[in-house]
Parts: sequence; C-alpha cells; structure tokens
Amino acid sequence: MADVVVGKDKCGEQRLVSLPLSRIRVIMKSSPEVSSINQEALVLTAKATELFVQYLATYSYRHGSGKEKKALTYSDLSNTAEESETFQFLADILPKKILASKYLKMLKEKREEEENNKDESEDDEAES
Amino acid sequence: MAERPEDLNLPNAVITRIIKEALPDGVNISKEARSAISRAASVFVLYATSCANNFAMKGKRKTLNASDVLSAMEEMEFQRFVTPLKEALEAYRREQKGKKEASEQKKKDRDKKTDSEEQDKSRDEDNDEDEERLEEEEQNEEEEVDN
Repeated sequence: MADVVVGKDKCGEQRLVSLPLSRIRVIMKSSPEVSSINQEALVLTAKATELFVQYLATYSYRHGSGKEKKALTYSDLSNTAEESETFQFLADILPKKILASKYLKMLKEKREEEENNKDESEDDEAES
Repeated sequence: MAERPEDLNLPNAVITRIIKEALPDGVNISKEARSAISRAASVFVLYATSCANNFAMKGKRKTLNASDVLSAMEEMEFQRFVTPLKEALEAYRREQKGKKEASEQKKKDRDKKTDSEEQDKSRDEDNDEDEERLEEEEQNEEEEVDN
C-alpha cells in the first residue's frame, strides 16, 4: 500500500498528503463499526488530519498567552480545548493542569463544603 | 488485530513539520505541546471516522467513501476544510487517472516491442538492448503498484 500519496515523484511536485496512509488506516480501522474504507476516503481523512493539525496549532497560538509569544505551550492547547466549541471534543485528552498543592486545597475546600451542607440538613431534620 | 498503543499515534517528525509550517518562523513548540497535538490528531481521526461511518450507514453502505468524509467535516463544524479537501480529491483523481493511462501505454509499447523482436531474430545487439529496456520497465511497474 502506498504510504505517501504522490510521494515518489521525480518532478519535485508537492506531496498531496504527508501523513502515512497505512497509519491513518490503522487508526480508522480501530473504530468498532467500520467495515471497509475506500482509498479516496483514506486520502481525504489523512488530508483532513493535516488541516486539523494546522488549524489547532495556529488557533491555539493566536489565542494563547499574549505577550510572551514566540512559543506554543501545552496550556495554549488545553485552553483552546476548553474555550472553543469546535475543539471541545479534545477537552478530555487535553485537561488543564494545576499544581498538586492547589488541587489538594480544592479537595479540602470541597470536603468542608459538603460537611457544612450535611450539618444544615441534619438541623432541618431535627426541627421537623 | 491487536493494535499496540504506538500504532495509534502519528509519526512525530511529520506532525512537527506540519506544525512548524503552519506557525510563523521562529516560534518554539514545546515537546508537551507537540505530543498533545499528535494525540489530538489521532482523536480527530477517530471522531471523523465515526462520523463518516454514520453517513455510510445512513446510505446503507459498508464502505466509507469520500463523500462520507466530506459530510463528516461539515457535521463536526470543520466546514473550512471542505473546499481544500475537494481540491485534494480532484488532484488525487487526476493523478490516479494519469497513472492508469501511463501503465496502459507502457503495456502497449511493450507488446509492440515483443512483436518486432520476433521479426528481427538476426539482430542480436538490438535484441539485447530491448531486453534491458524491458527489464527496467518491469521494475518501474513494480514500484508503482501501490496496493
């Protein structure tokens, strides 16, 4: 199977698709209900994935940490996943990162809140 | 077929190149960011495939085709991809047609040569040259057979 479409040409034309079709195919086939994939669909999916990578990178860069630019960081990407509806489907795999200490603090506060709620409802029960 | 985890990833080098070409010169991309984009790309393929498959099933087909993929892009709100994808599809179809015509032409040429070889048995030198050329063409044909 051709790994790269229009790869080996001698005239030096631009490749139609750079991502390896064989790998794209493996990923596609891992989807449970898919039986077979026609070659054109494979090529288009590969091309679409390239467009997606470009779009995700440029979008995240433009909307990312303003001044201190000249860099694309993980948080730029996770912000995009959280804030943009188009990229929402990535939210689970690009979670926001917080410091462990902050997380533990949040957990503690949440537990205290739950304790308070519990106390209140017990008081209510006592009154009735 | 059991897929190993790495099989579901796309090659780092290619992903990195695509990112670099998309961003302005001199922008640094952290390793984490690259890895994240690579994972996102794999998820995108899965999402697109699943979506395209729904269209195929609606059409009572078992094979995903180009229009299923295009419909999936619209469904996923990536309409901006539709035009460049259609252009890529046209280019691909032209290329496929060109390849087919080229190999059909080569076959015709080869058949012609074989006929003339049988006619000129006395000319040994010429026969040797023809055989060499035939061998080269066969090799080329092997390279071009994709599937």
